[in-house]
Amino acid sequence: MRIELEKRAQVSALFSILSPFIAFALTMIFGGIMFALLGKNPAIALYSFFVEPLSEVWSLHELAIKAAPLILIGVGLSVCFRSNNWNIGAEGQFIMGAIAGSILPVVFYDWQSPMVLPMMMVLGMLGGALFAAIPAFLKAHMNTNEILTSLMLVYVAQLFLDWIVRGPWRNPQGMNFPETRTFAADAILPEMLASGRTHWGFGFAIIAAVLVWFMMRYTLRGFEITVLGQSARAGRFAGFSSRKMIWFSMLFSGALAGLAGIAEVSGAIQQLRPVISPGYGFTAIIVAFLGRLNPLGIIAAGLVLALTYLGGEAAQLSIGVSEKVTRVFQGLLLFFVLSCDTLIHYRIRLVWERLAAIKTDGSH
Amino acid sequence: MPVKGQTASGPLLAVSNLTKLFGSFAACNAINLQIEPGEIHALLGENGAGKSTLVKMLFGVLAPTAGEIAWQGEPVRVASPSDARKLGIGMVFQHFSLFEALTVAENIALSMDRNVSLARVADEASRLSHAYGLPLDPKAHVADLSVGERQRIEIVRALLQNPQLIILDEPTSVLTPQEADRLFETLQKLKAEGRSVLYISHRLEEVQRICDRATVLRHGRVTGACDPRAETPASLARMMVGSDVAPVTPEGTNIKGDVQLEARHLSVPARTPFAVSLKNICLKVRAGEVLAIAGVAGNGQSELFDALSGEYPVADDNAVQIRQRPVGTRNINARRLMGAGFVPEERHGHAAVAALSLSDNLVLARSQSDKRAFLGGGFLKIIRQSAVKAATRRISEAMDVRKSGEDPPAGSLSGGNLQKFIVGRELDRQPSVLVVNQPTWGVDAGAASRIRQALVDLAKAGSAVLVISQDLDEIFEVATEIAVISEGRLSDPYPAWELSREKIGLLMGGMYAKTEGAGAAHAH
Ligand SMILES: Nc1ncnc2c1ncn2[C@@H]1O[C@H](COP(=O)(O)OP(=O)(O)OP(=O)(O)O)[C@@H](O)[C@H]1O
Ligand SMILES: [Mg+2]
Repeated sequence: MRIELEKRAQVSALFSILSPFIAFALTMIFGGIMFALLGKNPAIALYSFFVEPLSEVWSLHELAIKAAPLILIGVGLSVCFRSNNWNIGAEGQFIMGAIAGSILPVVFYDWQSPMVLPMMMVLGMLGGALFAAIPAFLKAHMNTNEILTSLMLVYVAQLFLDWIVRGPWRNPQGMNFPETRTFAADAILPEMLASGRTHWGFGFAIIAAVLVWFMMRYTLRGFEITVLGQSARAGRFAGFSSRKMIWFSMLFSGALAGLAGIAEVSGAIQQLRPVISPGYGFTAIIVAFLGRLNPLGIIAAGLVLALTYLGGEAAQLSIGVSEKVTRVFQGLLLFFVLSCDTLIHYRIRLVWERLAAIKTDGSH
Repeated sequence: MPVKGQTASGPLLAVSNLTKLFGSFAACNAINLQIEPGEIHALLGENGAGKSTLVKMLFGVLAPTAGEIAWQGEPVRVASPSDARKLGIGMVFQHFSLFEALTVAENIALSMDRNVSLARVADEASRLSHAYGLPLDPKAHVADLSVGERQRIEIVRALLQNPQLIILDEPTSVLTPQEADRLFETLQKLKAEGRSVLYISHRLEEVQRICDRATVLRHGRVTGACDPRAETPASLARMMVGSDVAPVTPEGTNIKGDVQLEARHLSVPARTPFAVSLKNICLKVRAGEVLAIAGVAGNGQSELFDALSGEYPVADDNAVQIRQRPVGTRNINARRLMGAGFVPEERHGHAAVAALSLSDNLVLARSQSDKRAFLGGGFLKIIRQSAVKAATRRISEAMDVRKSGEDPPAGSLSGGNLQKFIVGRELDRQPSVLVVNQPTWGVDAGAASRIRQALVDLAKAGSAVLVISQDLDEIFEVATEIAVISEGRLSDPYPAWELSREKIGLLMGGMYAKTEGAGAAHAH
């Protein structure tokens, strides 16, 4: 047997719009089945997973805090993916941005100045961009596959973080815990709203999304990204360079991932630890696709995926399932988003015939 | 290879009231058509008449909006290409669908509805290809093959399904005359076996030569049927276009200006294993001249285009000169800014991006040369949609581009209409140097004559025009000078009046030995 995808004669406009919603509904259904198999009441479980976290002001702030890195990274990745460059290593760039941005509050901790915070943000972006420069260089000049190199560099970044917080940057007053010293007040990203904890990382995310949306929609740079993503040859005819685009898109997404990293550390954690991300860099890939690679869609998708993190924590407390459930929901969602999109363009055909001979058919 | 399951009489395929709407635009409007067993049936019509749309519905690629298809008298629903293949319909598309990195046999196996071993496919394919005079090496990689050979793969792939009806959408627009002759022999064989062929072409001579009946479409409707043998190319053209096709009037002046485009000992090593290297090419085009470069496809035409356009700059700055300034190392936009315009051969994915709108495709070629008009907002470089849309409208009107909507995606235009837009996009700038590769492939007779006239007029107005073409009729219609490219070498240019088809043929087949031979023969 063989499975074939056959292009549909007509693509339904309605279903193209509905696709993310159908994917979300299917995720709910399968999530419900999973809870039932775990012996929980699906209705209650889904309620505590997806609704309860939205019912209080403080948890809405938590939602924004979790959504901020997802949106920031997702927006950067959308530029990358649209230009046909596949940066899968945002998680690593996030970590390197966090480390680079932490140089000031950890190493030069006694330097106090209102300049510290902006410089940390810039350093964070630099750190992420430089780390993304490695796969960019390898792809642009050695023709290596950026999916593999950027992914493998994630582990390098994670181990580097682990080493630096246990070794050189460990807090001397920290009773040997693997942590850096906590940041001084002027190295902490302030809160955005009076009502709660949401820090400026969320503001950065919204600003970045709107700016990138504007760039993609109205400017020649956005046009260049679209053209090179569709056809490198046509891009060359337009005078655009695929190689420069590799650099631009990788550095750009790396910088936003780095900014997300330092904003998370400076706004939410306020020190470096061996693990600073529950996989934001990977989850942001789902965010980018669920948002249709559209920066405004990515804001919405970022909030949805942030909810899966909160829901996981909530469900762990209220109904006692593992917070790994979060991962399951994220996986389901990505799976359904991609398959809905595929099924809109293709129909599936199962081909059963075996080895039927051409001979009998084309009797010569 | 007798055809099985042939019913005694009645049409093989009957189409009634078949309609396809794109939005409110009727690409095909209540079409009636019958194809008899064992006939070669021509489908004629100007660009955008709805020919490709009609056959795509017959092959299940597009879903009809209304109407019926009957196969051997039975009403059928063709929901997909595999349905069509099961009925006994095979198709060769206007734009090929082959994987370049795979072998011939692998490409064929991919389209089979059954699991068959590669060896079987290879055997069967090479047997069939010999039986029909379409030699093919199943182990060859597609990337190594010429356009003609690629098309053979498509044909053999269709024949393997033992079809009773074979649809060919503009099969000869990319073939050399020799390759086309071969194809006609194959079609005659198929016909002799009782199979039917539905044949779309803009080349009316060949329609006259091989087709038994013709149906003419205009604006999505059937406007006539005829026996092509009883017509002349001119009368067929009139049926298609609705008026006489104006002949191209060649240049009236002999005033030649300065050299505007020049290649000086241009040598370029092959970029890929499948490319041709350019060897010591020298050419000069003066203002007021049309230099045509003839040659069989795959002899370095696209490499020459790449070097002249600057899509792939060359190492020696002096090797290419535009308006007497060295530009060899400059990129395509620098050359455009000096007044040059370029029209590549491949429409989809080179000259245009199918998924983008026509106005975006205008920006594609002119973002730098027209940046004053098209870009605003200083360093932000915001694209001025209103200016771009206005220019798109202007070009569409000037070139009579037929489209379904104000600014549709380029991919939705019929092949010929997109070509008109791509040529018009450059003409609209009045470039002082124009390099165009295969200006009219897939363009109908009326539009082709308009494009050729536009090239001639551009030269008359004082521009230098370089036309790369396989079509000798076209070359004789537009050229003031002719040179021939073969295996990456360019012959000396000759004044157009001095050359005959025979002489060009000699030059094509490896000129060095033969030009000397021909020269010697002259001397005696
Ligand atoms: N997917 C589509 N969406 C919208 N309009 C379309 C689409 N496909 C075709 N059309 C329109 O339908 C008309 C007929 O197109 P079609 O490709 O059938 O022409 P054609 O007769 O094959 O022309 P050519 O000789 O140039 O190949 C054109 O005006 C084209 O713009
Ligand atoms: Mg067509």
